[in-house]
Amino acid sequence: MAIVAQSSKFSTYGRPVLAWAVGLLFFFPIFWMVLTSFKTDADAVKPEHLIFFTPTLENYLNMTENYDYWRFARNSVISAVFATVFTLVVSVPAAYAMAFNPSRATKDVLMWMLSTKMLPAAAVLYPMIFLAKGIGLYDTHILIITVLSLINLPIAIWMLFTYFKEIPKDIIEAGKMDGVNTWGEIKEILVPLAWGGIASTALLVFIFCWNEAYWTVRLTTIDAATLSKLIEGNRAPEGLFFGRLSAVSTAAVGPIVVLGWFCQKQLVQGLTFGAVK
Amino acid sequence: MGRIVLDQVSKTFGEVEVIPPLDLTIEDGEFAVFVGPSGCGKSTLLRMIAGLEDLTSGNIAIDGADVTEVPPSKRGLAMVFQSYALYPHMTVRKNIGFPLRMEKMDQAEIDKRVEAAAQSLNLNDYLDRKPGQLSGGQRQRVAIGRAIVRDPSAFLFDEPLSNLDAALRVGMRLEISEMHERMQTTMIYVTHDQVEAMTMADKIVVLQAGVIEQVGSPLDLYHAPKNVFVAGFIGSPKMNIFSGPEAEKFGAHTVGIRPEHTDVSMTEGTWKGTVGVAEHLGSDTFVHVHDTGLADMVTIRITGDIAVKHGDTIYLTPQVDRIHKFDAQGLRIE
Repeated sequence: MAIVAQSSKFSTYGRPVLAWAVGLLFFFPIFWMVLTSFKTDADAVKPEHLIFFTPTLENYLNMTENYDYWRFARNSVISAVFATVFTLVVSVPAAYAMAFNPSRATKDVLMWMLSTKMLPAAAVLYPMIFLAKGIGLYDTHILIITVLSLINLPIAIWMLFTYFKEIPKDIIEAGKMDGVNTWGEIKEILVPLAWGGIASTALLVFIFCWNEAYWTVRLTTIDAATLSKLIEGNRAPEGLFFGRLSAVSTAAVGPIVVLGWFCQKQLVQGLTFGAVK
Repeated sequence: MGRIVLDQVSKTFGEVEVIPPLDLTIEDGEFAVFVGPSGCGKSTLLRMIAGLEDLTSGNIAIDGADVTEVPPSKRGLAMVFQSYALYPHMTVRKNIGFPLRMEKMDQAEIDKRVEAAAQSLNLNDYLDRKPGQLSGGQRQRVAIGRAIVRDPSAFLFDEPLSNLDAALRVGMRLEISEMHERMQTTMIYVTHDQVEAMTMADKIVVLQAGVIEQVGSPLDLYHAPKNVFVAGFIGSPKMNIFSGPEAEKFGAHTVGIRPEHTDVSMTEGTWKGTVGVAEHLGSDTFVHVHDTGLADMVTIRITGDIAVKHGDTIYLTPQVDRIHKFDAQGLRIE
């Protein structure tokens, strides 16, 4: 009985406290970044202005006026949107095929795809740059979209595969009996049923694409440069301008945080309930 | 029309031969039941007819046309799954109308047919609900509705009642039988429950390890089981089967006698035994008798008004003309 009483006490008080502590710990850097973005570069490094300071929009004005924020933002949107769409167009049919018509090689293919994520990106950095320059795609949207799609395909396929596996095979077979062709199975049955899973995969891929820095920084100069490149660009030889850097970073993560906030409800819903039994 | 002919059909999964080559004909309008213990290949056989499973060898013909390579939806068959397999994101109306929509049928015609199907299955009040809001029995009706709306040449049922509770199962069993009487369409029904097989079938196909043990009407199987397996599988309570000296007295290696074909007496009879458990059903009593020297336990079915209790001594006398005799291979001796 004592154990029960203790555990219930923990779940009443301990768990919320622990959850808040962990939550605040994770939130702190973001809070700090937002706070710093409203300080002047000078204030940002002074301990006496840690909490109390005169807020300024100087960094944001500087960012939009001198650094052409909107062009970088537009490039980020273009690369992330198209890369996400392209990733889904390939991964949904791929995951469908592996989930519902597995062959003996399916497991190996899945493992092989995962193994590509184990390759250090730096190992292929120079080949990629030479290749991109060689075929004249360096610093283009096409290149960035292709690269972002390719690096996210394994994770997208794995996620979708897991979601699709949850769908009872009987439902797909009922569809076959009812006269649905392969495309119809995807459109009429799979996508509506796995909508939650597809949406969360899409959001995750979008976030990864948006935040990707290793390749976008190295494979672009100006035309296809994304917000990551803008952040990186604020690392001047004179030193770090914390105020400016924070403003750029805040403006870079802002849209994705808002998007995630709006989507979170849809993401957790699965639709298969009530299908069988 | 729906005459289904299986010609030397077989199925192998990897190295395992699940179904050795077999022949089977299901006549138009017939209610055929595939019955057998789990893992006997009955569902696989049904799925092969449906087209959901490839054949390793052999051919399947429906109404004379070879459909071996024809995709499931083009075979003119409708299937009802054990799990119902309804589309959870669609209303009942959409679910039932789905196969028609896939045929690109006119919407007015779809509505008409869906209404008619719903009418016959008492689903009118639920047409705008989703499967998740229905009870198990209602979901099963929707699954049947989705099958009948297509007006198929044959219905395939894969253990459709095993997810329902006992009372509902009996009701649905009757409804499916009535549906067959009304429509006179070929039906193939898979079950592991021999009671369902006996009550519903025109023709029972008993399978074991992918091999057809016997094909026949329920009463054929009951009265003249071809072998020991069928004898033990068909009938409830199970037939008492024993070998040894007592069997040899009847000129057979193995002898089977059904619980209802044994007379009992408290004073005299061929075999003497002790009552173990007596299950009183009211109309009947199943008496489990021990120490008869025949088998560990012999089950006897007597009318409910004979009172017996645990520990009673009881005498059993088989009705000699109803004894089933089998040879050493387990095959019936006439």
